[in-house]
Amino acid sequence: MGDQQSDVVNGGEKDVTIKTTSPAYNRQRIEGDNTLIELPWIGKINLRGNAENKRFIEKVAAVVGCALPVEANTQEQHKSITVFWLGPDEWLIHCEIDAVAELMEKIKSDLSSIHHAVTDVSDYYTVLQLQGPDVTALLRKGCPLDLHPEVFKSSHCTQTRFGHASVLLHKLDKSTFNIQIRWSYTEYLWDYLVSAMDAIDR
Amino acid sequence: MLVIECPWCGKRDQTEFSCHGEAHIARPLNTEELSEEEWGNYVFFRSNTKGVHYERWVHDHGCRRWFNVARNTHSDHIYGSYKPGEAAPTIDAPDTPEAKS
Repeated sequence: MGDQQSDVVNGGEKDVTIKTTSPAYNRQRIEGDNTLIELPWIGKINLRGNAENKRFIEKVAAVVGCALPVEANTQEQHKSITVFWLGPDEWLIHCEIDAVAELMEKIKSDLSSIHHAVTDVSDYYTVLQLQGPDVTALLRKGCPLDLHPEVFKSSHCTQTRFGHASVLLHKLDKSTFNIQIRWSYTEYLWDYLVSAMDAIDR
Repeated sequence: MLVIECPWCGKRDQTEFSCHGEAHIARPLNTEELSEEEWGNYVFFRSNTKGVHYERWVHDHGCRRWFNVARNTHSDHIYGSYKPGEAAPTIDAPDTPEAKS
């Protein structure tokens, strides 16, 4: 937490340093049986396109290194890249923050003749990681999704609701969930989960 | 609480969705020729059905796609959902009592 990145930007006559501060900078890291942390800044790219266009699917797969998930609520991974299914014509690519610009350019140039839209949304969301024996019970405090391990299995991902916030849930294993949330909702989600932990511990 | 099936994401809780009124209302093509009454009918007047009702829903907290739902306004029974552009399914609704005149 704290400062996630410092960039020197050429602001005309003199260089200006822009500091990007974590949205959870003033929240204490939660440790114990269940832990809550904010992951280091991840690069995020939103991609729209026609899933029925074979050329689109193939070109994107060639760039990211894994198949584009076309089945609902699934994700695919290749090295440091994760591609999440968001909708029938929408995907989210997670990559290293330093790789965003290059990946964007590669997608734009390789798809130049195919109808698509690609947007850098790295600053729009942050990702929290909730881990521990009670993760499912904690998520149930604010999420209406059926989280039974037979229904929502490891590696599944989905967009859903937590409290009043829209989130992207990604189940890494039975005791670890990544929760992607809009930057400005982070403190809300953080405090909600901490309250849920207090309620469970008692 | 209703359980609604998103045609893309599957069965989800009602609180992930929002409802936006009656479906299959086509915007008139001859807009320049419409009278005020015809405009009024198109913009404001809805069928207020008792029984099977076809309505538009959007999966706000999920894939954010629009689709249609066939729901019984009397019993809240949901018969099913279908994608935009698909024809409304024909539904017999034995669980709606006759409207008393």
